[in-house]
Amino acid sequence: MTNTENHTVIIGAGHNGLICAAYLAKAGKKVTVLEAGEQVGGAAITREFAPDFKVSAAAHLVFLLDKHVRKELSLDSSGLSFSQRNMKTTALAADGHHLTIAGSSLQGLNISDKDRVAMKEYLRFMGKFAGVVNRLNNRIPPRVGTHNRSDWIGLAKTALNVRLLGKKDMREFLRIAGINIYDVLQENFENPLLKGALSMDGVLGTNLGPRSNNSVFCALQRLSGLQGMATPKGGMGAVSATLADVASRHGATIRTSAEVSQILLDGDHVSGIELADGEQIAASTVISSADPKTTFFELLGARNLEAGFARRVQNIRMRGNVAKLHLALDGIPEFKGLDQERLADRILIAPDIEYVERAFNQSKYGDYSIKPVAEITIPSLKDDSLAPTGQHVLSAIVQYAPYQLKAGWDSEKDVFTEKLIDLISEYAPDIRSQILHKELLTPVDIEREFRITGGHWHHGELAIDQSLMLRPVPRAAQYASPVDGLYLCGAGSHPGGGVMGSAGRNAARAVLGAKDSEDGNA
Amino acid sequence: MRTYPTSECNAESTTNGEPVSMKKYDAIVIGAGHNGLTNAAYLAKAGLDVLMVEKNTYVGGATASRELHKNWIYSNASYVSSLLRPEVFRSLELAKYGLQIVPYAGGNVTMSEDGDYIGSYVDPDVSRRDMARISPRDANAKVRFDRDLMRQCRFIRQFLLRTAPDPTSFKPRDLMGMLQMGKALMDLGEDVIYDMMRLYTMSISEYLDEYFEHPLIKAAKAGSGIIGSAMGVMSPGTAYVLLHHAMGDVDGTMGAWGFARGGTGAIAVAMKDCFEDHGGTLETGSGVEQILVNNGKVTGVALENGNEYQADIVVSNMTLPRTFLECMDKKDLDPEFLRRVRNFKIRGSSGKVNMALDGLPKFTALEGNPELISGDLHVVDSIERLELAYDDWKNGTWSKDPYLDILIPTLTDPTMAPPGKHFMSVFVQYVPPKVNGKDWTDAQRDQFGQTVMNQIEKYAPGFKDLVLHAEIRTPRELENEIGLTEGNIFQGELTMDQLLFNRPIPGYAQYRGPAKGLYMCGSSNHPGGGIMAAPGANAAREILRDIRKPNTVPEGWLDD
Repeated sequence: MTNTENHTVIIGAGHNGLICAAYLAKAGKKVTVLEAGEQVGGAAITREFAPDFKVSAAAHLVFLLDKHVRKELSLDSSGLSFSQRNMKTTALAADGHHLTIAGSSLQGLNISDKDRVAMKEYLRFMGKFAGVVNRLNNRIPPRVGTHNRSDWIGLAKTALNVRLLGKKDMREFLRIAGINIYDVLQENFENPLLKGALSMDGVLGTNLGPRSNNSVFCALQRLSGLQGMATPKGGMGAVSATLADVASRHGATIRTSAEVSQILLDGDHVSGIELADGEQIAASTVISSADPKTTFFELLGARNLEAGFARRVQNIRMRGNVAKLHLALDGIPEFKGLDQERLADRILIAPDIEYVERAFNQSKYGDYSIKPVAEITIPSLKDDSLAPTGQHVLSAIVQYAPYQLKAGWDSEKDVFTEKLIDLISEYAPDIRSQILHKELLTPVDIEREFRITGGHWHHGELAIDQSLMLRPVPRAAQYASPVDGLYLCGAGSHPGGGVMGSAGRNAARAVLGAKDSEDGNA
Repeated sequence: MRTYPTSECNAESTTNGEPVSMKKYDAIVIGAGHNGLTNAAYLAKAGLDVLMVEKNTYVGGATASRELHKNWIYSNASYVSSLLRPEVFRSLELAKYGLQIVPYAGGNVTMSEDGDYIGSYVDPDVSRRDMARISPRDANAKVRFDRDLMRQCRFIRQFLLRTAPDPTSFKPRDLMGMLQMGKALMDLGEDVIYDMMRLYTMSISEYLDEYFEHPLIKAAKAGSGIIGSAMGVMSPGTAYVLLHHAMGDVDGTMGAWGFARGGTGAIAVAMKDCFEDHGGTLETGSGVEQILVNNGKVTGVALENGNEYQADIVVSNMTLPRTFLECMDKKDLDPEFLRRVRNFKIRGSSGKVNMALDGLPKFTALEGNPELISGDLHVVDSIERLELAYDDWKNGTWSKDPYLDILIPTLTDPTMAPPGKHFMSVFVQYVPPKVNGKDWTDAQRDQFGQTVMNQIEKYAPGFKDLVLHAEIRTPRELENEIGLTEGNIFQGELTMDQLLFNRPIPGYAQYRGPAKGLYMCGSSNHPGGGIMAAPGANAAREILRDIRKPNTVPEGWLDD
């Protein structure tokens, strides 16, 4: 093992790992990124799921990407481009009278003036509150209960941001931030389809139903990118490829097919890592973008942790409840009542809020939804690199599909796949005859393919008790772990999942010695 | 099938045709529930001329005890006591007025369908040994669990007898209040603060998962997270409700529960005697028709029996919606305020079955352990069963496999039934305010009663033959008799949007209503429901402050 002072190793070339690497390399650090898979990107990849059909294998929409990352790493001038921006949302109705949401404008049948006015107001206050969350996302979370000046400044800044909402909005923020999207939508809207569609913001990717508290918080997290939804040209892998280019250009080394099996210690300090093939790489700093359970239990070993800390890590909730469906289609699918232009929207199957809640019910007891909800995109309509001419790919996030399925995914995977196709067929009756290939990624598959414990693609449930200075656990929430030289930079850390990159950026800042919670505006 | 009379609803008129009175009082308190009585007693004690009006012919509201079956006294709605603030107990000298709280010997027991049980005893070591019988690992975790929960209880107790500071205000008093809270938080230390943030936002089932593994032990602990709440054990936010049931005490023994001797009504009667002893006037038998407002100032109340009384201060112990949507003229209120009141979450989720028993039921699981029968009895054995009960409520029906909190107070307080006979109080979760969106019918109410009795019969064969009389209360009865909107026992859900400075409505959390001289003292206000008497006391303190009278109300924390 060669002795390399000041060598930094980053475990995992997901988008957060790559962003962290780019920042550190840019700051002059010697950085090596080690990726177990054959390509970079982690869960932000494009891959072929059937001959000549490519799809964003996990996340399929960009809406959270940190504006600092985008600017500071010059992503737009480095080749990142989008096939669609500011996508509209279309919520499907069984009778074909769909609802389209474009910003605050609503198109569809039977939308009352009251709802139109309410929609503007809803987006106004939710946008404002999401702004508070956005500012928090770009900072290293302060600790609470310490006497450190930097922590106090961080807390004071947050308090100030909340104060600056103004008395009326501050009261509303403090009232709704901890509750559920069901109540908030019931207070504001009457149209069932609209409530169903908006409730999805609070529950997508989570173990929550619309009536579960925390769902407003999740909706605010989702809106905190303060940007429209977009699909990257070439799929999500294009984002990762751009990030890898930027990191390399700044001097970072990226190695794929290099699976880290162990984090090495010298006394209380990390000394490097060992790869699965036995190769050891020395490093004074190791930054893991793997999920916290993998990092602390698989790579480091619980024996190297204090018992109370290990128990907190053990208690992190990260049971995936989301599956991903990919269909290769021989032609453009026809949805009842939906014209071609709307087909390229983000399409939701969530006809009303009670339906969404009922879909959630079964997952509480270890069953998949009898009537699932779905977020569908057909990215190939605007991006011909994904499918052969005239053919298309459909990518759908479907829930609920619990990781610990009582009946076991081995026997149920095909049954659930058919159920999902039946569900889509209710709205697109002929789709079944167009299907050339199909693929379903259950949480178990997601765990295996993307190496995420529990198959939870946020690397841990997004909930208030697992956020900010509590994410992933206290004592590791400022990206530094209790082990000297070991840091976290993945979605398991604040502010969590989605193709956001803030965790990678914040971690790099922590490694570079930023202690306070500056905005860090470039 | 037997049919059961509900209750004698025909209130006797106490007006006796007297002429409409126009006497002016210093203050009028509407509703003689325990908070109204507490409030009125403090105001009278401070020297005010106070009139208290109550729609029923008896006092107590949800804290009443009545004889509905000859020689049996029922605690009709509430049934146990622990949250009653000791400072109120002492400063109103309730002992002098005859109130005795007797802790019950058994703690609680949870019985499973297969005949097993887990008991909790007054002696923590005995509890731990019983837990070790079914899970040694959980028995060890219990020490940690109790310690962590107790820390949180000790923290929150400081703020019960205090007005919640308004975080949006720059008034010195609010800033001081926020500082005090901040200081108390800091004193807990970093890790306990994190634990607190988590406890307040998690679900009870996930919170328990962090400590325990045995399903029966988790089920036994989880019930406290849903009592009176329209949430399921898996709903984030229910862990806090657990705290609400653990922060009380009996005679300084924290977490202990007891019976008021003679039924919970004894608490209300002692408060009433205290109030009258300080010169207060009580008029029962007529509800309030309207709270009178002129030029943004209250002027008095008009009763349903035609009487009108004047006062510059009117205090409502009624729920928030009842006060503003039913007893006030809409034109006296701001539309935005009214919208907030309409959006106040006050969903009924519980019912009650009170029964006169011919003898003591025999629970199969308790054959070897008879002393456990004198505590809370639960019949549930998994988190999933509790959550399924909630799904029924969401679907608009009462739970087919309900969560029950069963007590036989006569084992501890024999004054409530004839010798050898017993009174059984069964609290039931979940019961919706409407059945499938429609009002309850009497037939449905009786079916609901049967569901509960059948549930008990499964665990105590022969139980149904002992039932001599039953009073079945759905949210409909709770609303009609006691005035609890939708039958919510806490006068509003205990969720983050309705706690502390958010309770009942942001900007109105300091007991003052939207008109000058109008105050609110019910459980709709901070710190919420249970026989705590804190909202009533806190409101009295605010009133005395506004009229610059010496404060007679204890504040903060006299214990520990």
